[in-house]
Parts: sequence; C-alpha cells; structure tokens
Amino acid sequence: MDRNHLLRQVAYMKNSLFDQGYLDREQFTQLEELQDDANPNFVEEIVTLYYNDSARLIQNMEQTLVNRPIDFVRLEEILHQFKGSSSSIGAKKVNDACTQLKEYCSAENTEGCSRTLQLVKQEHAVLRTRLETYFQMVREAG
Amino acid sequence: MAAVEAQPQFHVLAVDDSLIDRKLIEKLLKTSSYQVTSVDSACKALEFLGLLNEEDQRNSDIKVHLIITDYSMPGMTGYDLLRKIKESPSLKDIPVVIMSSENIPSRINRCLEEGAEEFFLKPVQLSDVSKLKPHLMKENSKEIPSRCSSSGPQQCFWPASSICI
Repeated sequence: MDRNHLLRQVAYMKNSLFDQGYLDREQFTQLEELQDDANPNFVEEIVTLYYNDSARLIQNMEQTLVNRPIDFVRLEEILHQFKGSSSSIGAKKVNDACTQLKEYCSAENTEGCSRTLQLVKQEHAVLRTRLETYFQMVREAG
Repeated sequence: MAAVEAQPQFHVLAVDDSLIDRKLIEKLLKTSSYQVTSVDSACKALEFLGLLNEEDQRNSDIKVHLIITDYSMPGMTGYDLLRKIKESPSLKDIPVVIMSSENIPSRINRCLEEGAEEFFLKPVQLSDVSKLKPHLMKENSKEIPSRCSSSGPQQCFWPASSICI
C-alpha cells in the first residue's frame, strides 16, 4: 500500500483522537517530539508502560470500594497517582473522568465513586483500543 | 593538556514515585543533553546524595548538578527532601526544582521560599526543562574566571572534578 496513503491515515487517526477529546493535543505532541533515532518507539513504549501500571491502579481503586469501611483517603491517593500518569500521556477523557471521581471521593459518596470509577474504566479501555489501532497503523506506515 | 573541550555534561538527579513520570522526565532531560539518574523516592535520593557526603568529595566521580523532584510522594515529600538538602552544608548549593500536578499557590510559594529554584506544573514540557540551564550555569560560573586558561570567547575548560556543587 502507498506509504503516503498510510501516513495520511495515521495523521487522520491522530487528529480524530484529538478532535474527539480522547487525547490532549499538546501533551501527545510533546511525547512525539521526544521520539528520536535512539528511541524511535518512545510514545508506544510509554503508553504501554502506562497501561500496565494503570491496570494495577484501577484494580486497587476497585478494591478500596469493596472494603468496609471504605478508605476514601487511600482511594484518593491511588487516584492521584492514576490521574497523574493519565495526564502525562495526554489521556484527556480518562483525566476528566478522574476529576469527577475525585469530587465524589472528597464527598465520600460511595455510589458516586462506584459509578464514576466505572466511567474511568470505560474511558481507559476505549482509549486503549483506539491507541492500539493507532500504533498498528504507525508501524505499518513505517 | 588545557584543550578546550565540549561543555561537560550536567548530571541531574530526578526523583518521582511514578514510573511513567520518571520515564518521561528522564527522556525530557536526556533529550536536553543532561545525564540523568532517577530514583523513586526521597529516601533513595538522600542515599544517593549521601555518596557525595564523603570527606574527600573532590575525588568522587559522582557529581549532581541539579535535583528535580516530584512534590507528592509517599513518606518523605519533595518538600521534605528540599528542606533536608538546604539544611545540609554539603548539599545546600545544589539547585532544586519541584514538580507537581497540582497548581496550589501556597504550595508553590512555600517551596520557593524554602529555596527551590523553580516550580514546574506537570506534565513537564521541554520548554520547562530549557529553563534549567541558567540555574546550573549560575552555580558553576563563579568558578570559571579563576580557571580560565584562555582569554578568548571560547568555552573555558575546567577539570570535571573541580566543578563545585
């Protein structure tokens, strides 16, 4: 397949991710700017690292909501880490969902926390799929 | 012997409990031509810096020219680390930069008052890292005049072991 065509598809995909609010344009672009000959796959590597790390954090957050009494302080600590990593890779929708979760956590609203944690998980999963497709296309374009 | 060499590489110690943020700050610093050591806690940072506390520091190969640390870390925070560094006779002259994902003016002021050179909001950008240079040059430039072997505009060469920290 024509390489230019593939490159255009990559650009199109990326712009969709920005326009649809999945990725923060500025932060993701910054990550791409750090890619060089020494680290040609830096963005994919850091995103992979993020998904491995954040899966664990989500599990830990779920666990806090299962325990009784609920340790909202602990939940907020884990959330702080998770939100930090999410914003470092430019995961915009995930980050927004985290902000909502943080509010319910501060209010010690169990139902609100459960609901928004599900939203966080959902956005996290959707972005993962989108990014997998994106990196696949990046690789194909060479 | 007194050949003019390329500017010596500055060594930055990065402290952050987040794996992703550590990877990111390492890349930002390396891309900006810094040598980087990264640790995941303030305690480990102090351990590492403790290696510089030897009496005969002049002969030590390990030099740290700047410390960049996250504010919120479990156990010892970046602020606690900053205070410990500023209280130490041998470490207090190392410039310290604080990073935080939270924009809290009172926190920022407290850090700057305690002696932090800069406060970066996360996620840190390349443009932030470019602000580090003056702080590093400031610390080293006071030594340059006495060691200059040339009066020209070329970069003076000074042996790495005599860079003060």
